[in-house]
Amino acid sequence: MTERVIVRRGAYHDSVTLMLVSSAAGREEGAEDVAVGMATPLNLELIADQGFAVEDAGPNDLVIAVRARDEAAADAAVAAVDRELAAKGGAPAAAAGRPSARSLRSARDSSLAFLSIPGEHVAHEAATALEAGLHVFCFSDGMSLAVEAALKRRAVEKDLLFMGADCGTAILDGVALGFANAVERGPVGIVGASGTGIQEVSCLLDTAGIGISHAIGVGGRDLSAEVGGLMMRRGLELLAADDATRAIVAISKPPDPQVADAIEAAAGAAGKAVVLGFGLTLEETAARAAGLVGGALPAFEERLRRPPSPGRVVGLYSGGTLCAEAAAIVGEGEFTDFGADEFTRGRAHPMIDPSLRLDRLAAAARDPEVSVLLLDVVLGFGAHPDPAGELAPVIADVDRHVIAALCGAAGDPQGLDGQRAQLEAAGAVVTRSNAHAARLAREAAGG
Amino acid sequence: MADLLGRPLAVANAGVDLFADELERQGVPVERVEWRPPEPGTEEALQRLALEAAAIAHANDEAVERLQAAQPMLAGVGTARDLLPDMHERAILHAGPPIDWAEMSGPLRGAVIGAAVHEGLAESREAAERLAARGELEFAPCHERGAVGPMAGVVSASMPMVVVENPAHGNRACCTFNEGLGKVLRYGANDDEVLERLGWIRDVLARVFARALDRLGEPIDLRAMTAQALQMGDEGHNRNRAGTSLLLRSLLPALIELDDPSADVAAVARFIAGNDHFYLNLTMPAAKAAADAAAGIDGSSIVVAMARNGTEFGVRLSGTGDRWFTGPSGMIDGLYLPGFGPEDANPDIGDSSITETVGLGGFAMAAAPAIVRFVGGGAEDALEATRAMYDIAWSESRSYQIPALGFRGTPVGIDAREVVATRVLPFVNTGIAHREPGVGQIGAGLVEPPMEAFAKAVRALAGQ
Repeated sequence: MTERVIVRRGAYHDSVTLMLVSSAAGREEGAEDVAVGMATPLNLELIADQGFAVEDAGPNDLVIAVRARDEAAADAAVAAVDRELAAKGGAPAAAAGRPSARSLRSARDSSLAFLSIPGEHVAHEAATALEAGLHVFCFSDGMSLAVEAALKRRAVEKDLLFMGADCGTAILDGVALGFANAVERGPVGIVGASGTGIQEVSCLLDTAGIGISHAIGVGGRDLSAEVGGLMMRRGLELLAADDATRAIVAISKPPDPQVADAIEAAAGAAGKAVVLGFGLTLEETAARAAGLVGGALPAFEERLRRPPSPGRVVGLYSGGTLCAEAAAIVGEGEFTDFGADEFTRGRAHPMIDPSLRLDRLAAAARDPEVSVLLLDVVLGFGAHPDPAGELAPVIADVDRHVIAALCGAAGDPQGLDGQRAQLEAAGAVVTRSNAHAARLAREAAGG
Repeated sequence: MADLLGRPLAVANAGVDLFADELERQGVPVERVEWRPPEPGTEEALQRLALEAAAIAHANDEAVERLQAAQPMLAGVGTARDLLPDMHERAILHAGPPIDWAEMSGPLRGAVIGAAVHEGLAESREAAERLAARGELEFAPCHERGAVGPMAGVVSASMPMVVVENPAHGNRACCTFNEGLGKVLRYGANDDEVLERLGWIRDVLARVFARALDRLGEPIDLRAMTAQALQMGDEGHNRNRAGTSLLLRSLLPALIELDDPSADVAAVARFIAGNDHFYLNLTMPAAKAAADAAAGIDGSSIVVAMARNGTEFGVRLSGTGDRWFTGPSGMIDGLYLPGFGPEDANPDIGDSSITETVGLGGFAMAAAPAIVRFVGGGAEDALEATRAMYDIAWSESRSYQIPALGFRGTPVGIDAREVVATRVLPFVNTGIAHREPGVGQIGAGLVEPPMEAFAKAVRALAGQ
């Protein structure tokens, strides 16, 4: 066994790229552990946990740590890291013969800034974007509530939209930002404080053949007392003024009461039918929205494929709102949102990198007290190219109820039908409604 | 917000490339910002300042507007003791942030010694050195007395200075006359030839130049002249050939009409014509007058002075009052005169980086293809140098334009927050002084200011 620790000064790459590089290099013949990361305190801790000693490296330095069978295998793993970095780091602007800008201030041809940099640095960049006159989609989390409130007030002053912080999803004029599905365009406009909430409602409407005009994400804390729902109100105004929008859906967990009043007032002033989904399931929310434009959701009639068996329900989710909704419907059980901060610090979101959830799925399936495993499988732009392909081999080995809520649209790049077929072939019950999946889980555990 | 929905989206991506890829897959144009983490030790300050972003934006708008609105006019000539505050016989001004004799580098010491002899404070260079070492001279930065000086920047009481007025703001700034190249006081040379020339500047050049200006009848608009020079291949710091030519052209009729001895007039004309850098000592006070007008705006993160004393590089922000924030002076990456090399060079020195502070010099490099060899390459490198500065500049100059960039205004108003956030340092063009006093200029090139100075400034602005 041989170990190699390399520090490269000032070589910055984003964390998702580095995690993808680590896992690709880790598949090299003879490689035992490969850890590639910027030498942030957190990453240094994670790398130390893997038994590597890294000396004298700071947050602007790249660390490559390799443990391999022998020298040749270590060389091969390091070479693989370099190869993957070269393949992923191809900045197209540089290829065009011109280094790209280092500041959002120089992004003169854009209308919106998409921020997914580490959260501890995002406050300054978001402020810079607003001052440069850009609308902001802030995927990064970790922004303080005080900064979010201040920046949103500034956005209102500058007549800009600030989506986030921790905003996962938006669809503007058919363009998916972040994690979003390739739903058809249509008459329903969505404004939501939940990324997976927007995905679920837009995909449920997709099952009914009803399209989306725009979906505006505002971040999970927009309806807190501190922020006052500033961007949900702006979103409602935007959709009210938008010719393509006939009916509006607002999605959030129940907001601060004063904020709720302000949102209701804004909804009342919209001059269009508005569904306020506070306290409703996403399925109910989507059903009401469908009704407003003369449509209806299909009945979700998927059945259990084996008799109910008493035991514990374990919910393993990548979407926070979907997880909370399932927990509320099932009532009892153990629900984990792998998209929560504690699981995404130093690693990619579970919709991109499913490995952590797969490990937990396999472990739960060996627990004799567990009788039902409930999952979400989220498709769309930004998500893993084949989540069902990753899940199916694990599910096939599970001798339990496996129920999957498939959140996707017919046009998604992963292929909705193919994903469904793979999951079903592995033995899972698959439904496109998360609420229905949760009802099935409750039934499955109740026998 | 009418510009968001119902219009084609164009996205600037900072962070994970995956999301940019997904947008391009949907046919959306993406500008990929090459984001990297900020200078370590400034993260918390940047976060605090983000809370004040709106107030800072208003302050910066005001500061940069004053910078842009400045009308630097070459108004006349005077003597340091009459023009500058507290300019008594033993006062010696120097370039850069404050410094004591003990810390001064060779060229600055050489210039101080030369000035002391020039003023008659000491009979010999050795005596002048002892005077300085005993603490009997009073040192102060030019910047703190309403002046600027290239390289060593030494000013003593009897030296003549040009006066640049800024009627837009009611302030003024002063600078000595440029002595030419080779062995000169500003590079620390102080032999008899240097002192003789200082005497001639005081007795002849200053008089003839002042009378010619009077004869013109109205002050020379330096902003307009520099703007023209930029279209003629100057960048306003290391190349001043066009500016000097324009100046001489506008003075020439008046010079010829003077009734001063024709030998004096000819000597003055010959001196200006033979010194490409003559105009630098007008550009600098013009820049200082504009930058001073932008100073003192509460909360502003705009840089209003960058200056080096040969030991330290100092920065001042509009929103942090008179404080200097310093780091070690850098070594210059450049080209050397035959017989000299990096081992002979002094660390970076001079107030001339006031030109970069107002969007000239390194910030206008794209205007000066003739001197791109200083930045180590071809015309494309010069364009790139200017382009990179837009990352850290608050605005674009209304006066100074770059033909090769489609007459885009030069980047102006350095935002110290963006320097530490992007880790892009201002490009500063400069001359290289020999480390020993008395030798003079040995080259020219490009220098990187110390990040430390900007980091300290940003932390101070954030109240840390």
